[in-house]
Amino acid sequence: MISEKDLKKVIEQVLLELGASGAKETCSISEEAAEQVQAIEEALPDITAVDLKKQVLVPQPENLEGLLKMKETTPARIGVWRAGPRYKTETLLRFRADHAVAMDAVFSDVSEEFLQEMNLFPIKTKCRNKDEYLTRPDLGRKFEEEELEVLRKNCVKKPQVQIYVSDGLSSTAIEANIRDILPAIQQGLEGYGVKMGTPFFVKYGRVPAMDVISETLEAEVTCVLIGERPGLATGESMSAYMAYKAEVNMPEARRTVVSNIHKGGTPAVEAGAHIAHILKLMLDKKASGLDLKL
Amino acid sequence: MKLKTKLFGSTYSFKDVKEVLGKANEEKSGDQLLGIAAGSVSERVAAKVVLSELTLEELRKNPVIPYEADEVTRVIDDLVNESIYKEIKNWTVGYFREYILNHKTTGADILRVSKALTGEMVAAVAKLMSNMDLVYGASKIRVTGKANYEIGKPGTLSFRLQPNHPTDSIDGILASMMEGLSYGCGDAIIGINPVEDTVENTKRIMDAIHGFMEKWQIPTQTCVLSHISTQMQALREGAPVSVFFQSVAGTEDANKAFGIDYVLIDEAFQLIQRHGTAPGPNLMYFETGQGSEMSLNTDHGADEMTLEARTYGFAKRYKPFMVNNVSGFIGPETLFDGKQILRANLEDHFMGKLTGLPMGMAPCYTNHVNTDQNDQETATMLLAMAGANYYMGVPVGDDVMLSYQDTSYHDDATLRELLNLKPAEEFFQWLMAMGIMDQRGRLTDRAGDASLFLK
Repeated sequence: MISEKDLKKVIEQVLLELGASGAKETCSISEEAAEQVQAIEEALPDITAVDLKKQVLVPQPENLEGLLKMKETTPARIGVWRAGPRYKTETLLRFRADHAVAMDAVFSDVSEEFLQEMNLFPIKTKCRNKDEYLTRPDLGRKFEEEELEVLRKNCVKKPQVQIYVSDGLSSTAIEANIRDILPAIQQGLEGYGVKMGTPFFVKYGRVPAMDVISETLEAEVTCVLIGERPGLATGESMSAYMAYKAEVNMPEARRTVVSNIHKGGTPAVEAGAHIAHILKLMLDKKASGLDLKL
Repeated sequence: MKLKTKLFGSTYSFKDVKEVLGKANEEKSGDQLLGIAAGSVSERVAAKVVLSELTLEELRKNPVIPYEADEVTRVIDDLVNESIYKEIKNWTVGYFREYILNHKTTGADILRVSKALTGEMVAAVAKLMSNMDLVYGASKIRVTGKANYEIGKPGTLSFRLQPNHPTDSIDGILASMMEGLSYGCGDAIIGINPVEDTVENTKRIMDAIHGFMEKWQIPTQTCVLSHISTQMQALREGAPVSVFFQSVAGTEDANKAFGIDYVLIDEAFQLIQRHGTAPGPNLMYFETGQGSEMSLNTDHGADEMTLEARTYGFAKRYKPFMVNNVSGFIGPETLFDGKQILRANLEDHFMGKLTGLPMGMAPCYTNHVNTDQNDQETATMLLAMAGANYYMGVPVGDDVMLSYQDTSYHDDATLRELLNLKPAEEFFQWLMAMGIMDQRGRLTDRAGDASLFLK
């Protein structure tokens, strides 16, 4: 059974979404709202589904309408009220949930099932574990010789475009975006008549690992799809770093980046088409980064 | 100079003072990444033992980067008061630690000695201290700062209101600002980190927050944290600024990477004294943090804690209004987890105060570090016991522009209650007149309603 408190919360949220100004007038509940409430079964409502931008917890603000308007202007967590000088339970738990999803994105691994499903064989950098990955950026860009041998054995040599996937700082971002973005890029490149190399996965990878990959496979253009450092509540963001004839110790300015790839930013399918376009441009202009005008 | 010792019969020797300083550090991932950290717990303690017998003179004569090779070394050494230095140069670091902790030594005594200290001496004594030593030692030292109004007085705790916005929307900035003010936050300064570092944008934000401060007659000061050269140009073009901001570091190279040197900061200090809106005398706001030199490849093989102490020595030249420490902002390659961040926080606060700076703290963390809100709150409470002048105030600790977590408006109010501290006097009066705070310094029933300011 749903508790009275939960019921009230759901109703408040529904009323807010319907644009009612007085969220406290729970007696004027509409029929649609009542149906929505009944549709919720045993589980508690997902606290992360509450749109914070529309939620005001101040019990009797001088100007509720004004406060709601203020909230529209910023994603900052304002209008949250307090318990004594501390947060309300709801605010505290939502913050912890938003941090938890970010931490899980960093500290978990991309699953083997996922790699099999995507047909990506794995290699790894010189980092031995996640802690070493986080504390040794120098090792996250290097490989043992036998790992590179695996690459040489399994990959098409001298590809026009070498695309690979790497966990970076968010495994969640990889599992959320790769299913959509890889086919989108591939399709785009095929449309341009460009041949793609054999995709694979690099565990514990930093962006400059792509320079070693590029040299090993003698790729003309290299592109890594890599998880970004998560913000609160946004563990799914991924970036694509691309470079023409990338080489070890080249200036960072030679990389082109498309960042913020996730549902709430640039969706994966859209980003895939965009990336394919940039890769084609790099091949045509034989340049990348600051040398390439987009 | 003895650089060798035995522990349980095993001999530990070090090649120079720089190696001793690095290995005497508590465990830090940044020192490990550079390959200068102690190889074992015993070696760490051996380094502390050797350090405890070095004299302050030996530390002055062996800076981690030579006088001739580094501007920061020169700025610090040239500030040393030679008479006071003569009195203390034969002190060992171990004696210096006990001097600071001694009941007979007052805060004023420590601040006198402070005039003769270099970064290496400050770091050295902090390396011998336990966490509670660092809290106790710092708690003796009060350093105030005054721009428009004075902060850091005994019995007070102040806050920088930090209402950042991901696209610099003025309405969005003001919304978070009103929320913060309604919790009693903002007596240290109201300061915005802009997304876009241009003169026009800096002026636009300066005008907006200064205008709001005037409209509501808020007894505080304002600043916009763009690059100092941007702020200087904005001021030259007539923007209202109380205080200049800049990030600084402990080596000449690192400062160069920040786009500054002492000539530029000298010029900025003169400019704000002549054209800023606040009477001062303290008109500079610096931000620092362990690991910035290393992350810019400008560390010269010196440990991040000693470089941080040198940063404070550099900052001292400008008699700043506030120095804010953000160790924890960079990430796990400099400070691995909550334990290391907490230690760095306590070291930095102590070292800043010992240098004679009005130290405030931003115990903070990013999402790729193995730490959480509980660790951060623990650090915050300990620093409040140690007597930090101020903290940041961010809505629910979530900075939506810089994407990290810092102290919140709620934390600010809680700390004041816990330790029976009040806001800076004039701001306290204003809060009471607004009906936000009562005479005991507690939030009233109205507090926490940002719509108070929608008039």
